[in-house]
Amino acid sequence: MKFMLMMNAPRGNGDWAVGDWSQDDLKAHMGFMAKFAQDLKEEGAWVDAQGLAAPAQARIVRAGNGPSPEVTDGPFAESKEFLAGYWIVDVETPEQAYAIAGRASAAPGPGGKPLNLAIEVREVMSGPPVEP
Amino acid sequence: MSAADASPTCEHLLRELAPQVLGAVVRRYGDFSAAEDAVQEALYVASTKWPEQGVPDNPRAWLIQVAARRVTDQLRSELSRRRRETAIALQELPEEQLVPSPDEEQEPEREDTLLLLFMCCHASLTRATSIALTLRAVAGLTTAEIAHAFLVPEATMAQRISRAKQQIKKSGVGFQMPNERDRDERLSSVLHVLYLVFNEGYASSAGESLSRVDLSSEAIRLARSVHRLLPDDGEVAGLLALMLLTDARRAARSGPNGELIPLDEQDRSLWDRSMIAEGVALVSTALSKGAVGAYQLQAAIAAVHDEAARHEDTDWPQILALYGLLKAMSDNPMVALNHAIAAAMVHGPERGLELLLPLDGDARIASHHRLTAVRAHLYERMGERERAASLYRAAAKATSSVPERNYLWMKASRLAASG
Repeated sequence: MKFMLMMNAPRGNGDWAVGDWSQDDLKAHMGFMAKFAQDLKEEGAWVDAQGLAAPAQARIVRAGNGPSPEVTDGPFAESKEFLAGYWIVDVETPEQAYAIAGRASAAPGPGGKPLNLAIEVREVMSGPPVEP
Repeated sequence: MSAADASPTCEHLLRELAPQVLGAVVRRYGDFSAAEDAVQEALYVASTKWPEQGVPDNPRAWLIQVAARRVTDQLRSELSRRRRETAIALQELPEEQLVPSPDEEQEPEREDTLLLLFMCCHASLTRATSIALTLRAVAGLTTAEIAHAFLVPEATMAQRISRAKQQIKKSGVGFQMPNERDRDERLSSVLHVLYLVFNEGYASSAGESLSRVDLSSEAIRLARSVHRLLPDDGEVAGLLALMLLTDARRAARSGPNGELIPLDEQDRSLWDRSMIAEGVALVSTALSKGAVGAYQLQAAIAAVHDEAARHEDTDWPQILALYGLLKAMSDNPMVALNHAIAAAMVHGPERGLELLLPLDGDARIASHHRLTAVRAHLYERMGERERAASLYRAAAKATSSVPERNYLWMKASRLAASG
């Protein structure tokens, strides 16, 4: 079964908070993410992963009533957190997906302290079920 | 054979021979991982040479010889590397005379495929490992084909297969026939893996799948070969029959947009009659031999459904009796659920609801969407539309299958509209 692990990060001032970190902290964080991706590949769980551009670049698009769709840059939902990126993993049980999310949540932040990020875990839907 | 018509036959032949060749090479060298690599190479060489030059007289022996040469080359270079490094004495290389004599050919060939299955499906391996390994080593699929079938990147599947080989090495799972005591258990593990492959094919059959290997057909092919090897085993026959009788309904079970069509609404003229006939014959023979097992009973139930010309003609009392036997044999809550459905068909929805009650106390199924969906259906039959609609919605929320969710939503909205 496949799961999408969505990493939510504090919205900040429209940019990712990591931009304000020290060089060492940044390096540790990026190193962690690279190793995490590599580990998932070696474990045979990796399907896909993408990081998303900063919230300031986000646009909301609606079909609207005019000839072309309406594109606005906010205001976005009240939420303080924003989707920063996601992983899709293929595992045998939901518990395995939760364990992987737990590892991602522990990514190091300022001073090397685990960020304890909120990772939203959602099952990716599949094709038809087996007939009873 | 001319070059022109060699190709499709050739591919088929190679897939058929792959497990036998791998089995033979593992038997001689013991190293599964090295043997597997070597056989893949040999198969590749054959797939490029045979269509042009024709298939050799004894293709199996040809493949074994080429693969064995790769293994010995590998062992030799490993040895000379070690000799260079440590100056150890040259070890005796395994016997190089590998072409089997005609009289020893039949038995090992049969046995090797079975041994390979026992090894790939060993209970000490995880199910996902067994599935990947079986498809690669026994079904002869490429890593890319398996990856596509499971919708994961090829690198991820390659990694899984290589971890599987390490697991085999570490677990010490030997390449020998299990003793009488272990045999049934090992065989049931093999059948379970084949059943999972079949179901995986079922679940992943949605969407554009032209270039994808069809896992259900692979599972049927594998079950066929196990049945050929163990023609007297009732459960092997039962599993093959169950697969055939289920797959026979494939064309009817989904609409043009992948929407789910339940058994009672299927166009039965789309069912594959020859598959049904084969499945019915298999399960009838197996059941007449005694030693009834769970796969045979499930196949028998599928056969009763398949033999009804219309849904109204379904012999529900017989299905209820079969589920009764199955329920006495297994502790699976899904069986209890299906038993309740059959009871509702025979004795009315109230009886079905009554039988569902104990399942609320079973953590394995209490919050399963299918339990909720069955309740919805039974309340619908009792005319309790509102209650049924809200249960259908609740079930839709809990399933992870898109076609099933859409179906349940549709049921709920139909009830709301007509109410």
